[in-house]
Amino acid sequence: MVEKQTSGIDFSEAPVPVSEWQRFRRVFFERKLVMFGLIVLLLLVIAAIFAPLLTPYNPIKGDLADSLQPPSSKHLLGTDIQGRDILSRLIFGSRTALAVGFLTVAIAGICGVTLGLIAGYFGGVVNMVIMRTMDALMGFPMLLLALVIAALLGSGLQNVIIALGVATLPGYARVMHGLTLSVRENDYILAQRAMGASNIRVMFKHILPNALPPMIVLITLQLGALILAEAALSFLGIGIKPPTPAWGGMVADGYRYLSSRPWLSFAPGVVIMLVVFAFNLVGDGLRDALDPRLRGLL
Amino acid sequence: MTAYIIRRVIQAAVVIIILSLIVFFIMRLLPGDPLVIFMGRSAGQGGITPEILEALRVQYGLDKPLMVQYFNWMGGIFQGDLGESITYHIGVGKLLLERFPVTLDLGLRAFILSNILGVLLGLFAALRRGKWIDSGATVFSYFGVSIPVFWLGLLLIYAFGLKLGWLPISGYTPPWDNFWMNFKQSIMPVVCLSVMGLAVTARQMRSSVLEIKQQDYIRTAWSKGLSERVIVTRHMLKNSLIPVITLMGIGLGIMIGGQVLVETVFAIPGAGRLLVNSVFAQDYQVVQSGTLIIAVVVVLMNLIVDISYGWFDPRIRFG
Repeated sequence: MVEKQTSGIDFSEAPVPVSEWQRFRRVFFERKLVMFGLIVLLLLVIAAIFAPLLTPYNPIKGDLADSLQPPSSKHLLGTDIQGRDILSRLIFGSRTALAVGFLTVAIAGICGVTLGLIAGYFGGVVNMVIMRTMDALMGFPMLLLALVIAALLGSGLQNVIIALGVATLPGYARVMHGLTLSVRENDYILAQRAMGASNIRVMFKHILPNALPPMIVLITLQLGALILAEAALSFLGIGIKPPTPAWGGMVADGYRYLSSRPWLSFAPGVVIMLVVFAFNLVGDGLRDALDPRLRGLL
Repeated sequence: MTAYIIRRVIQAAVVIIILSLIVFFIMRLLPGDPLVIFMGRSAGQGGITPEILEALRVQYGLDKPLMVQYFNWMGGIFQGDLGESITYHIGVGKLLLERFPVTLDLGLRAFILSNILGVLLGLFAALRRGKWIDSGATVFSYFGVSIPVFWLGLLLIYAFGLKLGWLPISGYTPPWDNFWMNFKQSIMPVVCLSVMGLAVTARQMRSSVLEIKQQDYIRTAWSKGLSERVIVTRHMLKNSLIPVITLMGIGLGIMIGGQVLVETVFAIPGAGRLLVNSVFAQDYQVVQSGTLIIAVVVVLMNLIVDISYGWFDPRIRFG
């Protein structure tokens, strides 16, 4: 059988036995693009944590006398119609983006994984009901489902998270379901049951840990997709409520001044793209480093 | 094959029924009375009394129990009656028929463009692995899935519409009215819609060709002395297309999400924009039927993909 190749690495040339960690390190840290992604994400997290220290201006209340200034040494990226510093709003926007990303992943991940685990473990009618419902949810284009839910609940951080959570939940359920089916038949699961382990114990103690590598990869890739979707919702005006800085909303705000002050829309777009780009790079890097067999599945 | 098709069709039917339940109950369980909003808008045109409100409620069937409303709605759909739009005062079916062709026109062009270019790009990247076209394709596919569609639209409008003045920045003209205008207006929206699909297809195609390239039968073909052209077209292309085809169903869903944004950015009167506007106006009937129809289309497309997949690759059928 010929070695399966993954981009940039040729396993046929791998030296004699290496430890898991060594292999991970070589595949993950020695790729320039992955490192670039990691640095961007690191900067993002720093920006979010230290936002008040990094920004010289208030992101919510601007000085109307400073309205629509072009980029200058005082305002590096200029100001918007209300005289708010664009750079400060971008930095504070990282908090919004990360909050939406992580909270949605937490909610959708926990619910999705549990549902997939239950469906795969018990099979039969339970499986049928859960998985067909997941298929149905997947039938909606993610953005459309989120749009309908967010619009009906109203805008705001909490509702965006609920909407995106419902829209992304089936992805986790599907991966977990497939994984449970393949792990369930192993002898060590049978042994556990023979020793009298309860269903709950087998499910959460013995099947769930197998899901860690694919879930880490899925979550990283999902974070990028979620930030993109939140930006789209905010752009349409049904995401984050206006005074709170959100990158998508900033693009929409700048749209009106596109011909005279294009930087108002350009700057937040560049930030969205860079961050999503970074999550995708790191997600792919993690996948190749943790388990190349996941290629094509996630 | 027949058993496989029947199994898939039944599954799809179950999914569609669940879909309709989800759509219906999401719309009903969430806050907001459509009639009150309707009254608010027309209040300026003369008083609406509670009696009129009640009459309207009866007229739109909103006074009946939820389950009755659901079966009325489903019954209507099977008879081609999708309800009446509260904002536009015409049948939802008629409204969607007006808007869908626009969405379909742009969507189909983008779908064809992104799949053909994506397959070619992925194929050449894999064949010339490690060369500039490969690196270019890889970087492009990362950007393609990372760039916000609405922002790309905005960049294009700025560059080709406002600065260079080559293309109109908004609107839609049916091709039979003015073919040239239709072509010019659709260039930027179609490019925006294609980018993500193109990136995803190119990526999948690349990794699938890379895998096929190492199969024994390809080595045999080389050692028989066949030309590269024959090996690629006869032996590689067909096999490496199989995983790409499965992605097409998913790509369609992504594209519909993108159309909502693209139609908003370019002010195109399509179904996506209709849905966004109806969502804001809480026009229940339009959102309900429109969302259901789009979801059903996605499920049916996936069904076709699944069946053709089973046709191309017998391993799936018996799996």
